[in-house]
Amino acid sequence: MHNSSPAADDRHHRHASQRLLVSRKSAGRALVALASLGCLLVLLIQILHATGAITAGFADWRPVLYAYLLWAIAFGVGQVLVRGERGLRALFLLPAVLFTVAVVIFPTLFGIYIASLDWNLSSFEGPHFNGLNNLIGLFHDNYYWNALGNMIFYAVAVLGEYAIAFGLALLLNAEIRARKFFRVVFLLPLMLSPVAVSWMIGKSIMEYRFGPAATLARYLGWENPAFFASPWIARFSIEAMDAWVSIPFIMIMLLAGLQAMPKEVLEAAKVDGAGGWQSFWHVTFPIMLPVSVTVLIIRIIFKLKLADIVINVTAGGPGGATDTVSSFIYRVYRDRSNVGYGTGLAMFYLLMIIALLTVLLRLSSRWTRNVA
Amino acid sequence: MANVTSATKSVRRRQGASPATRTLSRVLIYGALLFWAFVCLFPIYWTVTTSFKSALDVTQGHLVPWLDFQPDWKGWRSLGLSPDSLLGTSTARAEFLSRFGNSIITSVGASVLALVLGSLAAYGLSRFRYKFAWMRNDDILFFFMSQLILPPVVLALPFLVLYKALALLDSRIGLILLYTLTVLPIVIWIMRDQFNAIPVELDEAAFVDGLSVWGAFIRIILPLAVPGMMAAFILSLVLCWNEYFFAALLTSTDAKTLPVMVASQTGSQGINWWSMAALSTAAIAPLVVVGILLERYIVSGLTTGAGK
Repeated sequence: MHNSSPAADDRHHRHASQRLLVSRKSAGRALVALASLGCLLVLLIQILHATGAITAGFADWRPVLYAYLLWAIAFGVGQVLVRGERGLRALFLLPAVLFTVAVVIFPTLFGIYIASLDWNLSSFEGPHFNGLNNLIGLFHDNYYWNALGNMIFYAVAVLGEYAIAFGLALLLNAEIRARKFFRVVFLLPLMLSPVAVSWMIGKSIMEYRFGPAATLARYLGWENPAFFASPWIARFSIEAMDAWVSIPFIMIMLLAGLQAMPKEVLEAAKVDGAGGWQSFWHVTFPIMLPVSVTVLIIRIIFKLKLADIVINVTAGGPGGATDTVSSFIYRVYRDRSNVGYGTGLAMFYLLMIIALLTVLLRLSSRWTRNVA
Repeated sequence: MANVTSATKSVRRRQGASPATRTLSRVLIYGALLFWAFVCLFPIYWTVTTSFKSALDVTQGHLVPWLDFQPDWKGWRSLGLSPDSLLGTSTARAEFLSRFGNSIITSVGASVLALVLGSLAAYGLSRFRYKFAWMRNDDILFFFMSQLILPPVVLALPFLVLYKALALLDSRIGLILLYTLTVLPIVIWIMRDQFNAIPVELDEAAFVDGLSVWGAFIRIILPLAVPGMMAAFILSLVLCWNEYFFAALLTSTDAKTLPVMVASQTGSQGINWWSMAALSTAAIAPLVVVGILLERYIVSGLTTGAGK
């Protein structure tokens, strides 16, 4: 009865599986198309509802979010159906990509739109198009440029944090007892909330009348230990607090680099008769350069976001001396409800950060290559 | 290990030549270590002790409990958390507990979500080759990492408007989504190094045994990556727990987190030192405990990152 050769049987199977494959693929495509259509439909209904063209619609935009979520799931399933094994692999990356697109790319584009509006939440008239007026206004805003100037100070101060952190990392890497104890203690400030730190240090320890730091300063002969009264002292005080919180991060990264360093190199330097300072400067430091550059760039990125300590301790004062761009924009929004202008300032700041980091990355890669 | 001991010996040998220099360098090293330990610990000590001080003890700068001043539950009573007020009703305690709960839910929720999304993406990026338009693996990784440079102010106002439209303003879900976004690059960074350190042969062996891509990932690779996941989770937890900027702008009554509560108390002029100190202590305590207990995971996580 079964006289079909194995080969024919095989061909039959292949046909069947191919047919299955084709139908699976088309099912996947149909699913994605259907989901996209549904998602667009919800969006369209809501847009028409919001503009008042139709009365049917939802109370808020939440359903659009659900529609996006459903679409994302359908898209994932569709990928698997259409592309099989490769779809399964794409499934690893898709959730993160779709999430990032939804919460970063879209809001950023939306932000560019807001930045072109004249929109004050406290005024009665709603948002209206303003063109580049926000951008032009920004160039005449002295407080904004002052804040940008302060950012240069804060960014340069990262070098000081780095120097201290390198010293601490070297200490922890030396032959010491109770290394674990010191490591835990040195790491602790990293865990603390900057807001709590601004009270703990800024508002109580550095308090003018009876903070311990002020008492100590008086004892050491500083007649009038006001840490937040004159511009430069205030700037250094803020920087000291931020450094206190973030030095542990730099320190741990450098310590990791030090521990990964081949011991033979230092041995060789010692055999050559290099002293401690020489072997640090000619051996340790160059080997640590790539780690240093990485950690410095990460630290500068985080430094450019500095806001909470400034907002809570000085609110930018005295006279804007300690203002960071973030804390300034925060006040533009909080006190003046100026949404359009604030977003414009933020967008301009983002462009400057991107430019700065591009230059920094280029320079650092060239520099490390030259030294190494 | 052998390397370390031999290095130790050689150091001893070299320094044995001049005991005076050696003692001096020991003194300097331990002096510096103790000094910095003091710098790190004093603000914490000060805050904790101040929560037990009365106004007089604060103004006179008393430092050591029992010797200098008689500790009192004053600060904790104002929060409704002292032994004698613990059983009674207290609005301050109710508010504090609600903020505390919000902080826990948002930071744990965001960390878990970021860990799931980030681990998947990191595994994909470490094992497979993707091509999306002109973007290859490195470009995709750069795309994720570039989210790090986005200052919160850029997103804050668009999110305020969007969340208003989505009815997500002042909700924990809204905060969780934003926090996930801020820590996702760090999670991907740590987890990718973690997965890169696990040999590909293990995946291949799993395929030979008939496991699918996802089966191999979940049953073989993920259990091996637990230390890295711990590190990524703790770091995310720290960042989310301490986040202030978004929380201050996007929450008002329901979803307020602990840092916002601390900040709002600081702003009021009649500074109530003992209650502020108690509040700060309560706000930092969970992470101090986490830091002491799980320090080695944090260090190992940042260490894998530093290898890049």
